[in-house]
Amino acid sequence: MSDEAKTSLNRREFFSFLAVGWITFGAATAGLASLVFRFLYPNVVFEPAMDFIAGAPDDYPDGVDERWKNGFGVWIYKKDGRLVAMSNICTHLGCIPTWLPAESKFKCPCHGSGYYPNGINFEGPAPRPLERFKIFRNPEGKIIVDKTKVFRYEKGEWNNDGAYIEV
Amino acid sequence: MIKAAINVLATPVYSFSIFIALFYLALKRIDIVGTKKFGLGLLIFTLVVFGWMVADPIFFSIISLPDNIPIIILNALVFWSTWYALYKGHQNDLRIEAGEPPIEGTPENREKVWAWPNLVYTELFCGIICTVFLIVWAIFFKAPLEEPANPTWAPNPAKAPWYFLGLQEMLVYFDPWMAGVVLPGIIVVGLIAIPFLDINPKGNGYYTFKERKFAISSFLFGWLALWVYLIQVGTFLRGPNWTFYGPFEFWDFHKVVAENNINLSEIVWIKFFNRALPKNIFVREMFGLVATFGYLFGLIPLITKKWGKSYLERMGSIRYYIMLFLVLSMMSLPIKMYLRWFFNLKYILAMPEFELNL
Repeated sequence: MSDEAKTSLNRREFFSFLAVGWITFGAATAGLASLVFRFLYPNVVFEPAMDFIAGAPDDYPDGVDERWKNGFGVWIYKKDGRLVAMSNICTHLGCIPTWLPAESKFKCPCHGSGYYPNGINFEGPAPRPLERFKIFRNPEGKIIVDKTKVFRYEKGEWNNDGAYIEV
Repeated sequence: MIKAAINVLATPVYSFSIFIALFYLALKRIDIVGTKKFGLGLLIFTLVVFGWMVADPIFFSIISLPDNIPIIILNALVFWSTWYALYKGHQNDLRIEAGEPPIEGTPENREKVWAWPNLVYTELFCGIICTVFLIVWAIFFKAPLEEPANPTWAPNPAKAPWYFLGLQEMLVYFDPWMAGVVLPGIIVVGLIAIPFLDINPKGNGYYTFKERKFAISSFLFGWLALWVYLIQVGTFLRGPNWTFYGPFEFWDFHKVVAENNINLSEIVWIKFFNRALPKNIFVREMFGLVATFGYLFGLIPLITKKWGKSYLERMGSIRYYIMLFLVLSMMSLPIKMYLRWFFNLKYILAMPEFELNL
C-alpha cells in the first residue's frame, strides 16, 4: 500500500457516489412529499355525519321544515302525504339558498336562483331542481336521512324507492 | 321624482342599452370625445352628478362599504385612461391626416434614453407610492371580520371579490360551466392570443384610433361594456337574494320580482306547438342545437361576405377564423342577456342530464 493520498476517483467509485447521492436525494424528496400529502388529510373532520335520525314523521307540519338545515344541510318537506329530504345546495353554483316563508320559495343569494317549496327551480339561472336525499324509516319508526344517496328530478328519480316516505 | 326615474333607468335592460348607445356614439364622434374641452366638461358633469348622488343616504351607504371603494377608484381610472387614450389617438389621427408624423414619431420624441436610470427610477418611485397607498388604505379601511365559515349558511347577498363581480353577474345569465369555466377560459386564452392574431403593424409605438378602429372598438366593448359595466351592476345594484335594486332604492329583503325563466325547448314545444316536451332529449333540444350550431358556424360565411373579406385577406384564414370565433363567443354574452330580459329565456340548450346548458 502506498502512502500517497488518493486524489481522484475511478469510474466505478464515481458512479457509486452518484448513486448514493441520488438515492438520498430521492428519499428526502419523497419523504417531504409524503408529509405534504399527509397534511392534506386532517386528523379530525368537523363535518356532520352523512346520515342522521330525523325524528318521527308526525314531528313535521306540512310544508318546509328548517330544523336540520344548519346541522346537516337538509330541508324536510312534507306535502300530500309524502315526506322528502331536500339538499340545501343550489344546483347552479353550490351556494346555500335562503328559505323565504313570506314568498314561499327558496332564493339563492349568489345569483338569484329561485325554487318552489318542493325544490323545482323556476327563476334565475339554476338549471335543475334541488336534489333529494334517501329517506327511510328504521325499525323503530324513526326517519333516517342518508345523504350518500341522491335522487335527481331531471333523471326521473323522485318517485324511486327511498326518495320519499309515505306519512 | 328624478331619483325614481334613475332607479328605473338603472335596471340592466335600460342601463345596458344606454351604455351601448353611448359607447357607440363616443367612438363614432371621436372628433368631439377626443378633445380636452369634452374631457373637462364630462369630468365636471360627472363630479356634479356624483356629488348629488352621494348626498342620498341610501346611495352613500352602498358606495361607502369598504368592499366597494376599489370600484370607485376603478371607475375614475378607467374613465381617465380611456378618455386619455382616445384623446391622444385623435390628436395623432388629425396629424396623420394632415400628412405629419404622429407626436410620438417626431424627431425630438424619437430620441432614445437608457432604461437605467430613466425607467427604473420611475418604476421604483411608482412602487413606493403604491406601497404607501396600500398601507394607508389598510389602516383606514378594515377588512370585515365575520363569524367562522359555515357550510350550511351563506351571507345574503353573497358577493364575490370586487374584481370577480363581473363574472358573478355573468353567471346570472349562464350555466356555471359556461360562465365559470368556458367563457373565462376563452377570455384568458383570447387575450393571450391577441398579439398573435393582430398582425397589423399600425399603431406600434404611437396612439391612434382611425388606423385601428376594429381592434380598439372590439376590445373596448369587451372591457367596458362586458366587464366594467357588469362589475358596476354586481357591486352597486345587486342586493339581497341577488335581486336588482336601483341606486336610490332601499335594499328591501322582501322585494318581489317576477322572473319565471323558461328554456327555449319549453317556449317552442309548449307555447308554440301546444304539446308536451318530447321524451327524447335530442328531439326536445333540437331547436337549441340548431340555434347554437347556426350561431357558431352558420353566421361565419355571412359575416365574412359582408364585412370580413379584407380582414380575411390581411390576416390569413387561420387567424381570421380564430378571431371570428372569439368575437362570436364575446357577443354571446350580450345576446344571452337580451334574450333573458325580453323573453325570460333561461337556456337556449338545456340538457341538465349531461350538465350541459347554454
